Amino acid sequence: MRALVWHGTEDIRCDTVPDPKIEHDRDAIIKVTACAICGSDLHLYDHFMPGMEKGDVMGHEFMGEVVETGKGVNGALRKGERIVVPFTIICGECDQCKRGFFSVCERSNRNKDIADKAFGHTTAGLFGYTHLTGGYQGGQAEYVRVPFADKTHIKVPENLSDEQVLFLGDIFPTGWQAAVQADIQPTDTVAIWGAGPVGQMTLRSALLLGAKQVVCIDSVPERLEMARAGGAITVDNSQESTVERLNELTGGKGPEKCIDAVGMEAHSPRALEHAYDRVKQAVMLESDRASVLREMIYVCRPAGILSIPGVYGGLIDKVPMGALMNKGLTIRTGQTHVNRWTDDLVKRIADGQIDPSFVITHRAKLEQGPEMYKTFRDKRDNCIKVVLRP
Amino acid sequence: MSETMSQRRRSGAPDRSELPSYLVSDPRRRRGPSTRELAQGLCCFSIGLGLTEVACGGAIARWLGMPRSAAIIQAYGVREILQGVGILGASDPTPWISARVAGDALDIVTVLPGLEGHNPRKDNVLIALVALAGVTAVDVICARSLSDAPLAPSEKVRRDYRRRSGFRRGAEAMRGAARDFKPPPDIIGPEAMRPWVLTNA
Ligand SMILES: NC(=O)c1ccc[n+]([C@@H]2O[C@H](COP(=O)([O-])OP(=O)(O)OC[C@H]3O[C@@H](n4cnc5c(N)ncnc54)[C@H](O)[C@@H]3O)[C@@H](O)[C@H]2O)c1
Ligand SMILES: [Zn+2]
Ligand SMILES: [Zn+2]
Repeated sequence: MRALVWHGTEDIRCDTVPDPKIEHDRDAIIKVTACAICGSDLHLYDHFMPGMEKGDVMGHEFMGEVVETGKGVNGALRKGERIVVPFTIICGECDQCKRGFFSVCERSNRNKDIADKAFGHTTAGLFGYTHLTGGYQGGQAEYVRVPFADKTHIKVPENLSDEQVLFLGDIFPTGWQAAVQADIQPTDTVAIWGAGPVGQMTLRSALLLGAKQVVCIDSVPERLEMARAGGAITVDNSQESTVERLNELTGGKGPEKCIDAVGMEAHSPRALEHAYDRVKQAVMLESDRASVLREMIYVCRPAGILSIPGVYGGLIDKVPMGALMNKGLTIRTGQTHVNRWTDDLVKRIADGQIDPSFVITHRAKLEQGPEMYKTFRDKRDNCIKVVLRP
Repeated sequence: MSETMSQRRRSGAPDRSELPSYLVSDPRRRRGPSTRELAQGLCCFSIGLGLTEVACGGAIARWLGMPRSAAIIQAYGVREILQGVGILGASDPTPWISARVAGDALDIVTVLPGLEGHNPRKDNVLIALVALAGVTAVDVICARSLSDAPLAPSEKVRRDYRRRSGFRRGAEAMRGAARDFKPPPDIIGPEAMRPWVLTNA
């Protein structure tokens, strides 16, 4: 089959690889009908996230048709059924899964020992996302093996199109959880850093959940324009000071809720701060750049909440712990517990409350994947979200 | 498939993005205000230093105890002036700042021999080297921040996303449409930890 394969930094190729086979009873094989490139994939493309190996198949946002099931799937899925696959692989039986904390499933990471060492305790297995989280082959391919398939799936109604439901596997519930974690009240100003696909989903979720003001910060004009279309006030941080503007919008008190939808490759608008983080990253004194976190901690209203869907991989540096502690801020973060939210979100799409396909700007064939990675990363051609069809 | 990309492929033009980004001038780069100021500062510095080197090449060479280097210093002065003008005139000064880094290396290599033998002005050579190291560091920082700056789209390919709300009705009408959603207590924290006005409402 054809698949997008990781070969090294900025080197993804469309290769022919062996078809996946059922390996365990609870596996299913699906034929991919649509898949997307996620901002998290860029951390692998740029190789800021360790743990990839040459030959790994990329992709964790995908959907398709069930073509084969193992004996243990026990009728939970039928051949020919159309499903969206959550990026977090879940067993559905461990303590964490039972509590709905699916992204920290205790059993789905087959490289548990590596994750135990890196993080203290393991987190869930993820598709196409490093050997730290299981080294499972990803969904930017013609076929994928879905482990624990009797639980690791989202069923979607036939009358909704692929593009309407595809993002249920990742960015839509991610934006939703980011906003829900912020415990939004009708009096709140919610500030969201990053107007990428995750930021777009987050700001719309915050609006639906009833925030008084939603503010979105980025420097890419067309992304800010899409954020305004979704009802956000926008701040172009290459042209104005984020802190000043947020204080201005909140009578000098700062936003009650701050959300980091940027993650480890944050680009500071302050040249010296950015150079500092780049140099430390280059000599491996820190692995992630923290300029958004620093800014959030600084500008957030005392007793406020920081919600962090943006992905971090390792260590950060110069975190203003004094401000964080003395202001009594709450931090909520994590990979998304996808299946915890999707039943409700499918209904919201079906009811017409929101149609997540608004974010798609580029559609291409799987073979064009390598090129599209570049276009998406460099924000060329006004690219915001890419959907690939095998 | 986007139009611009297929056009590029048809014309067979080389993709400039294959070059390292610090060697490429890309007017779509959106430099932050502080990087812009830094580049402007380096531009003035380049021209000022260049003029001084051209006018006083001999004096500088004697001060370094390397009188035979006067002509080289004057030539370097011309280079500095050209770089300064380049930064001034370019819509994106990135390659010009990178050229400054290369120039700095050249300067250091030229001055280093002043430390050898019995040059009575070795102290001055050291001062010059420390200054050059400082300037090099600033040039490197500037070049890096410039080449890392995010790209703004060129006006030609600019698409219109003003109607991409994702909502059936206008965004304002949708504010609070999901207030029926009850955030789970294990996610938003136990009741006792929530804002006092909410738990006591
Ligand atoms: N928690 C999860 O489960 C989960 C799921 C999906 C994605 N993510 C993460 O969310 C993050 C965003 O994903 P995406 O798909 O939107 O990626 P993206 O790279 O398209 O978007 C990031 C945006 O942040 C902007 N940005 C960079 N530095 C900034 C700064 N200092 N201030 C404000 N904005 C800045 C960029 O211009 C860009 O528009 C990534 O870290 C991704 O890994 C997390
Ligand atoms: Zn993702
Ligand atoms: Zn589990």
